[in-house]
Amino acid sequence: MNTTIMLFLVQDGITNGAIYALLGLALVLVFAVTRVILIPQGEFVTYGALTYASLAAGQMPGTAKLALALGIGAFAFDLFVARKALHGRLIVRSALTNIVLPAIVLALTVYFAAQKPPVAVSIALSLVIVAMIGLYLYRVAFQPLAHTSVLVLLIASVGVHLALQGLGLLFFGAEGQRGPAVLSGAFTAGSLRFTGQSLTVYGITIAFIVALWLFFGLTLYGKALRATAVNRLGARLVGIRTTLSGQIAFLLASVIGALSGIMIVPITTLYYDSGFLIGLKGFVAAIIGGLVSYPLTAAAALVVGLVEAFSSFYASNYKEVIVFMLLIPVLLLRSLAAPAVEEEKD
Amino acid sequence: MSALLSVTDAHVAYGKVEAVRSVSLEVGANEIVTIVGANGAGKTTLLSAIMGILPLKGRVTFAGQDLARLDIEDRVAMGLGLVPEHRELFVTMNVEDNLELGAFRIERSKAKASMERVYTLFPRLKERRKQFAGTLSGGEQQMLAMGRALMGEPKLLMLDEPSLGLAPIIVADIFRIVTELRASGVSVLLVEQNAQAALKIADQAYVMELGEFVLSGKASDIAANERVAASYLGFQHEGESAI
Repeated sequence: MNTTIMLFLVQDGITNGAIYALLGLALVLVFAVTRVILIPQGEFVTYGALTYASLAAGQMPGTAKLALALGIGAFAFDLFVARKALHGRLIVRSALTNIVLPAIVLALTVYFAAQKPPVAVSIALSLVIVAMIGLYLYRVAFQPLAHTSVLVLLIASVGVHLALQGLGLLFFGAEGQRGPAVLSGAFTAGSLRFTGQSLTVYGITIAFIVALWLFFGLTLYGKALRATAVNRLGARLVGIRTTLSGQIAFLLASVIGALSGIMIVPITTLYYDSGFLIGLKGFVAAIIGGLVSYPLTAAAALVVGLVEAFSSFYASNYKEVIVFMLLIPVLLLRSLAAPAVEEEKD
Repeated sequence: MSALLSVTDAHVAYGKVEAVRSVSLEVGANEIVTIVGANGAGKTTLLSAIMGILPLKGRVTFAGQDLARLDIEDRVAMGLGLVPEHRELFVTMNVEDNLELGAFRIERSKAKASMERVYTLFPRLKERRKQFAGTLSGGEQQMLAMGRALMGEPKLLMLDEPSLGLAPIIVADIFRIVTELRASGVSVLLVEQNAQAALKIADQAYVMELGEFVLSGKASDIAANERVAASYLGFQHEGESAI
């Protein structure tokens, strides 16, 4: 192997690793706050990517309708839970966030899809649509189970993943799609060629990580999220609702997922079911970080990206196998280093 | 004047085991009320249920409002605060963040002034404000837990065993602060195994044994009662079995 190939593989690995880092961070965040292992993270990726690609191609994405349907479901759940103490303000507020908002977005989507919107509009719409799906999914599928065990939440998570994947096939068909590059053009530095898209990936990943860091370090809501992750009862005793933290976590995870998808879909053809494998690689990174450490997860994600790039060069048939094999020594070491911990009681 | 907190005929059960049976109590404005009793009498269970952590059968009103349908978070917003026995601090966050989160339901403009007040009450916390809560000593953690609860501007602060496991000098400090709270208009419901100290500062007192109140009245009268000495020391009497 010569230096050019090696540098090329490193570059490729870092690009993928950056995406895995974002996804891994989202998984750690959601698990720490809600104890949900977010298998459908990969579907957020495909939904974001394919919604963006559909819009750019002038097609109406089905995800906008799904958001409205889930929103109506969330509204029904809100009303059912508050049935004994219904009051006007609660109904109006729930209707605004769960029905009016997705309805407006649906109308905008229909309007823009007919006229091939500019890239920025497609991105914004895709992000909002997937963010709403994430938010309502939490309300419908996970919030009612918030007090149950990690295992029950995991089963629900698998169910949501399968449902979303099936719906993905319905919305986008079995054909793969590609989207337009966010930043076109390229330049060469030495023997390396940087495309605008890969620079976009680096830029957005770094910007997002910095933004998350500021959010968690400086804002009251960011701190509230951390507090919920550290001590759920303590958080409730200062008046932080577990459901509010869960909503913010799911909102962030779905936005991160969609953004990752929008960043990859100009580089790789994505199918309705591609998200699962991508999400799993983020999951590998998150596991290496022990589902708690953000810096370790980000670093592990880069390693995962690099291992994937090199193994696809040397043994492309086995590249997934090699990536997932990374887990075995890590789990082995972890199980030796720390004895099994009883599940946290609530 | 009606009581700030009023509990009527409360029962709290863990499954089929009733840990608290038919308990009634009142806390007035500007009052320190203490519940004393041996370990396992049900004191912590009762406080948890008043806060909404455990389900309670019976009636609880706070500031004239029935709490039955309100979550923990709503009760906090109404001005009911609990400093639990295990403190439940955010151990991987620093002192200042813990305090700031204590004011989560308070307007941000007020939170700054609240923090200054807490730092005046507990100067030690100000010295340690950038330190992780998990690295504080036991006494400092107790101060932080109280400070965090005070950040929410409670009308009634419920303290669960604030002196447990602390050095006598720190205990004295904490009890002094409890009396200062009363002076500043915060009522306190104090659960203590250290009955002597608690009865000294309290206005009203209840003695709890095996999930029931066996005595109640003015704290000074209770302090003079022989049975309390027995209960505090964990002796058996009148055919009841101690846990």
